[in-house]
Amino acid sequence: MSDEHLSASLAAGAEDGEGRWAFGTGFEDPLHGVDTTVPDGVDAGALAALCLALGDDALVGAQRLAQWTTDAPELEIELALANIGLDLLGQARLLYARTGQVDGTGRGEDDFAYWRDADAFRNVRLAELPRGDFAFSMARLLALSAWRLALFQRLAAAPDPVLAAIAAKGVKELAYHRQFAADWIVRLGDGTEESARRMQAGYDEAGPWLGELAADTSADALGGDAAGAAAELRQVWEETARAAGLTVGAYPAHPGAGRSGERTEHLAPLLEELQSVARAHPGAAW
Amino acid sequence: MTETEAPGADALQEYFDATIARDQRVEPRDWMPEGYRKTLIRQIAQHAHSEIIGMQPEGDWITRAPSLRRKSILFAKVQDEAGHGLYLYSAAETLGADRDDLTERLITGRQKYSSIFNYPTPTFADVGVIGWFVDGAAICNQVPLCRSSYGPYARAMVRVCKEESFHQRQGYELLMTMMSGTEGQRAMVQDAVDRWWWPSLMMFGPPDDNSPNSERSMAWKIKRHSNDELRQRFVDMTVPQAEHLGVTLPDPELRWNEERGRYDFGTPDYAELMRVISGDGPCNAERVTRRRTAHEDGAWVREAAAAHAAKHTARHTGPDRTEAAA
Amino acid sequence: MSETPTPATGSPRGSWPLYEIFVRGKRGLNHVHVGSLRAADDRMALLNARDLYTRRNEGVSIWAVRSTDIAASAPDEKDPFFAPSGDKVYRHPTFYDIPEDVPHI
Repeated sequence: MSDEHLSASLAAGAEDGEGRWAFGTGFEDPLHGVDTTVPDGVDAGALAALCLALGDDALVGAQRLAQWTTDAPELEIELALANIGLDLLGQARLLYARTGQVDGTGRGEDDFAYWRDADAFRNVRLAELPRGDFAFSMARLLALSAWRLALFQRLAAAPDPVLAAIAAKGVKELAYHRQFAADWIVRLGDGTEESARRMQAGYDEAGPWLGELAADTSADALGGDAAGAAAELRQVWEETARAAGLTVGAYPAHPGAGRSGERTEHLAPLLEELQSVARAHPGAAW
Repeated sequence: MTETEAPGADALQEYFDATIARDQRVEPRDWMPEGYRKTLIRQIAQHAHSEIIGMQPEGDWITRAPSLRRKSILFAKVQDEAGHGLYLYSAAETLGADRDDLTERLITGRQKYSSIFNYPTPTFADVGVIGWFVDGAAICNQVPLCRSSYGPYARAMVRVCKEESFHQRQGYELLMTMMSGTEGQRAMVQDAVDRWWWPSLMMFGPPDDNSPNSERSMAWKIKRHSNDELRQRFVDMTVPQAEHLGVTLPDPELRWNEERGRYDFGTPDYAELMRVISGDGPCNAERVTRRRTAHEDGAWVREAAAAHAAKHTARHTGPDRTEAAA
Repeated sequence: MSETPTPATGSPRGSWPLYEIFVRGKRGLNHVHVGSLRAADDRMALLNARDLYTRRNEGVSIWAVRSTDIAASAPDEKDPFFAPSGDKVYRHPTFYDIPEDVPHI
């Protein structure tokens, strides 16, 4: 094959609609054919608040994962963390878009991500804690993905068809995130003395933030089931610990909740970085 | 040749030469001259290292990308670079190289990577210009390598090239969008073009009359075109794109040559190229240090996984292959 | 010589074994070898392969096999292993000098 032919066939390959792109084209649009009007009987205010909160969890979680770029313990792990981050970014974008449709403001995904300050974010605080080492990252990923998976499995049958479609798509992604985290927790807990010590420390650091997840009932009116999700989170957390040889302490939960607007000191600097370019160039097109 | 000579050497060399002459692929377990193997390992390793180090200049912008769409694109792009590094290390391993050993050579400065990644990325426009110039130049270099004589390298390059076309397009598209934005954005784009143009031309290496290894690599069909030919192709491809974009390439000598049917252009500062290659570029030390730190900081994780796997194997008698069949 | 890395003999501390990856692109096709990667165990090899070789939806099924578990044929007379038969030039017709005036042989 000559260079020119090869170039042409590669260019054609990029547009053949068979999913060669890492984003955008060639993939199923999860909202294809879904009616975006809010069905009768659905509380638009509660729906917007839930989509925003779930979107914030995903965006902030993705930002923490992006901080592993070029810094992962092995190149294969680099690929995996990026995939997980990209999944979460995708979820955030869909959820923000839905928020803007429902809350009547017509705001788009970037308005929510770049032009709100920390006090307007509603993510759970576990998501915003600093990146930490790989052990803590895996403990946090397990908690967030196990809990979110349990929620999304139920929200896939939500009365709002858009949220239901977003959740259905997310279920497949989150199942992988949960497995990735659980596998690593077992390897680290059962690996070397150092890794076991670090994994236990990671579990102990994340543990007190789990109560906030379990107590969040904001999805209940929209097809969620806080008690069910909390039970599933606890079960996954404890079973993984058992398999990894870790102990689960009786963590006193940190008081307050990110869902009601309480923040740690870590969110503001995270957002400052995330929003720095966008805010430095008002009116710019990207 | 007579049948009484020691078996092999000549016949194997002849077979190898004939394979190359017929434009067929050399495959991992084939006999090959030691020089061919060494040259390939060096080239593939440098290429792999370039992908891995090349994640750094752009990777820093993922957390700051100014829209969620750009953030996704850049995240996926930098991830691709890690993937390309792995495809290439995988090809090098078929030649008997060991990835740990190659990584060691990178982080101790004994093996090189592309000089281009030793330049800084001070603005977000750099993300676009890297995609347009650097990935464009990489495509010029790499598309011919899809026909490289060594099979695993050629196949890795097919994969890489398919994915690079996304990289170049996203860069150019970002620049088009920025050029349609504010005056400040247009200035950012022009500034980035000014900074990256000459280093991009240097990516093709020294001029042909000063490229000692090129001739042999071309005879072996590891390399298919000369440095200067590829550089010319890049210029010819890029000038109309620059015009369309509305930026000025910083070369007063750049003009269309009717007779040649190609663009004439100025001579890059090859002394600068040599300085950067020899380790004295703006970011050499920073790039290698960062890679070394990541590798060393991750050692406990890699060791833990190996230790767990060893215990797991010890606990289970007999091979457990069921999980592998998906 | 310094450019030729030593092949892995004793693994360095924490080094993961090499796996060969085979991907079934779509139903109805065979698994095809796509490359290799490093993983500490089979499970990790499968997950890593998913992230590395199918991140653009290129596959429906993956096999991961330890490289050391693959039995491979030697590539005929090109391999030094079979080099001795390479000198049996009498098996090849060109070994025999035939006078040019002998037709059709």
